[in-house]
Amino acid sequence: MTVGIVMLVHADFDRAAQIARHWVDGGCPVVIHIDKKVSDAKVSSFKATLADIDEIKFSERHKCEWGMWGLVAATQDASELLLQSFPNVRHVYLSSGSCIPLRPVQELVAYLDAHADTDFIESATIEDVTWTVDGLEEERFTLRFPFSWRKQRRLFDRYVSLQRRLRVKRKLPFKMQPHIGSQWWCLTRETLEGVLKDPLRGKYDKFFSRVWIPDESYFQTLSRTHSRKIESRSLTLSKFDFQGKPHIFYDDHLQLLRRSDCFVARKIWSGADKLYETFLRSPEDALTIAEPQPEKIDRLFSKATERRVKGRHGLVMQSRIPNDMWRHGKSCREYAVFEGFDSLFEDFIPWLKRTTELRVHGHLFNQDIVEFADGETMFKGGMSNSKHLRDYDPTGFLRNLIWNARDEHQAFQFGPQDNQSIHWEFATDPNACVAMITGAWLIDGFRKGLPFEELRKTAAKHQKIESTHRDALQSGYANAKSRIWTLAEFLEAPAENLSLVMNDISPGLGRQITEAPKMVDLTGFGAFVQNLKNEGMNPFVLGDFRQDDGREVSEKPARKPYLVR
Amino acid sequence: MGFRQSYRLRLKRKRYLWRAWRKSRELRNVVDRSQNLPGNGIFVFSTLRNEAVRLPYFLEYYRNMGVDHFFIVDNDSDDGSTQYLAPQEDVTLYSTKASYKSSRFGVDWLNHLQHKHGPGHWCLVVDPDEFFVFPFCDSRPLRALTDWLDASSMRAFSAMLLDMYPKGPINDTEYFAGDDPVEASGWFDSGNYTYKRNHDIGNIWIQGGPRSRLFFPDDPHKAPALNKTPLVKWEKSFAYLSSTHSLLPRGLNHNYETNGGEKASGVLLHTKFLSTFATKAKEEVKRGQHYANSQEYIAYADANEENPEIWCKWSEKYINWRQLEVLGLMSKGNWA
Repeated sequence: MTVGIVMLVHADFDRAAQIARHWVDGGCPVVIHIDKKVSDAKVSSFKATLADIDEIKFSERHKCEWGMWGLVAATQDASELLLQSFPNVRHVYLSSGSCIPLRPVQELVAYLDAHADTDFIESATIEDVTWTVDGLEEERFTLRFPFSWRKQRRLFDRYVSLQRRLRVKRKLPFKMQPHIGSQWWCLTRETLEGVLKDPLRGKYDKFFSRVWIPDESYFQTLSRTHSRKIESRSLTLSKFDFQGKPHIFYDDHLQLLRRSDCFVARKIWSGADKLYETFLRSPEDALTIAEPQPEKIDRLFSKATERRVKGRHGLVMQSRIPNDMWRHGKSCREYAVFEGFDSLFEDFIPWLKRTTELRVHGHLFNQDIVEFADGETMFKGGMSNSKHLRDYDPTGFLRNLIWNARDEHQAFQFGPQDNQSIHWEFATDPNACVAMITGAWLIDGFRKGLPFEELRKTAAKHQKIESTHRDALQSGYANAKSRIWTLAEFLEAPAENLSLVMNDISPGLGRQITEAPKMVDLTGFGAFVQNLKNEGMNPFVLGDFRQDDGREVSEKPARKPYLVR
Repeated sequence: MGFRQSYRLRLKRKRYLWRAWRKSRELRNVVDRSQNLPGNGIFVFSTLRNEAVRLPYFLEYYRNMGVDHFFIVDNDSDDGSTQYLAPQEDVTLYSTKASYKSSRFGVDWLNHLQHKHGPGHWCLVVDPDEFFVFPFCDSRPLRALTDWLDASSMRAFSAMLLDMYPKGPINDTEYFAGDDPVEASGWFDSGNYTYKRNHDIGNIWIQGGPRSRLFFPDDPHKAPALNKTPLVKWEKSFAYLSSTHSLLPRGLNHNYETNGGEKASGVLLHTKFLSTFATKAKEEVKRGQHYANSQEYIAYADANEENPEIWCKWSEKYINWRQLEVLGLMSKGNWA
């Protein structure tokens, strides 16, 4: 007993002829259906190339439109011809002109001999199916689909919505549940004859001829009543992408296909010379009866679909321009922003670099120049320290910075004296970890000893900027992990607070710190603040700062800072 | 898109097609081998001037990729480019002495040639210093890509321009006919690009790279555009607007995903910076035939006086398309 092949062909006739010969050489008779749309000249030359083989027959031609009844009619006629002409056929294998047998034909025959009364047809009830891409599930059966989805899309869509509005619901002509599954099946003679010679076939055909994609449901449903034993899986390896079109195999998939142990794969690119050459060679090795293992190929294709649907978070490139970065990942990994720390601690940046693994930048958004880590003039990816280049697209600058060094955890300093255009950007980024000491920037002015009048003016400006930024971090839109202290609050327990920040950035980091950064000398800062107040400014960002200097305050018990998430 | 905008763009497209027809009278056909081309052939269209030294490798590169025919406009070369191209079996050659600038930098000429020879074919428009790289280009021919694009109902494919440069001063990088220019100038900037959407014609405006950081650090707005859509399944009604940066109808520019995913895309390796560059820059400044009053070339010529080094310690050495994919400069999309 052997396997008969039904082959649906509509293009690439050279390849189809090659495959048909291969099946026959392996002892399997073939019935070929050629799409009616193919020109007569092509058909006759194709037939002529195969005229020397008796085991190849051609069935009556139907017009095959994707998703329409023609494909089923073609399959029915071809199967009937096959069963009639070749009485030694026990299993019928439905394939196409771009399906290639991956294993020796004898292995398939042996495998089917071992499963003599099993029908291999993927067949699941609609409720259990998750792969449909068109949004039409149950409606495939309950609505009518006289229009082509490919060529008459507008009519198709309108007729569907019209029927929905009119609440059209066709009655099924049978009691069983409709099933759907892969178009490519392998059925036993008994089952197939049962379906084809069913006394109610006329009624069924009439119903299915208006069903959407009947080639995925006709045999899948009807074989349920006639089969003795159904294995609901396809022996043909055929993967669909997110648009529902089949993935294509190329020469570089050779090893993957070989190791899959699948019997037949579709769809093979017609130019994949190496695949055709390799798999259509007569077998040299001893035959095996291994079970198919398509998992690796599944993984490859599901990765590809994920790349197409989700993409890489935090990346903007020529073919990925998310409208809404917030939903699709603003940045590709976590990073830290320190505000005010380098004003309060003398050696904060070198200290941070020394005690952690972080890549520590200075004020990246400094109004004059980009302060990359270690005073470099350029950074990964060829980023320049020109403020013009940065300010041309500040958001893009930040995104590039994180993307280019995505193997590192980066940190940068930020303050009200910097370019503020990205402050919402990181405030809304869940990957950002922000630690802020409000008012600390005043220490810079205090230490520089700037003329009081000038200082008073910039202080007012910076205070305004800083409070706007703080509001952003505390707003309902913020997604950054942030800790905010006023200078006075922070000074109550600097070491503890610093340790909290470190733990936010990376759990356990706080405990590793053995050495503390050196705080600037705040002697006289209290008086300086009082002076500002006397001049009429209200430095509220400092918190409740007293006239006695900072060190005395810090001896008091620490208050818990608040954590905004 | 409203009716007004749609109609305005339609008129614009018609105007460019009309221009292309008008400018076609400047072209003289030197050799015509365009009869009996395969019905599904893939064609390269290119304008050039004095590129004799680059041509051998250029033709070989695209032949190996599976290109069936080259349509080339020779703009008044005097270095033997014409003599080299004319006998090539797969080249249809036109020549013109007319102004490059007034044909909108060759776009009008090529629009005409594509209108005439391109419809129904996948057409690749590249300069002799541009080398197209697409996903799997080391294991699959160009036809695998165009077949896949056909099957995916995609009519155009984007490939941003990636400026390549040598390590060491430009003038010290010698290049001889037949050499691989990517070997000679094998470095690039991997992550300093800006991407802006042009909502009018729907393309992405990409800037950045070495030209931006070296020649336009104080005025990045003027830095050259790097976005390109060089591969299109051509139709009679299509027209490129400025170089291959954008075209009409506007849907052809929309080769990016806005919903978080990635569409497939490629890269054009732009091997401009070879030893031949300094002379070329000076000459082009004199001719004043390039975009925006040859501003770019003036900046280069100035910088070239000092024989600058473009390379920096963060430059990436080109390996293959997979590297560009990992770096995020191109994408496989859902092609696997």
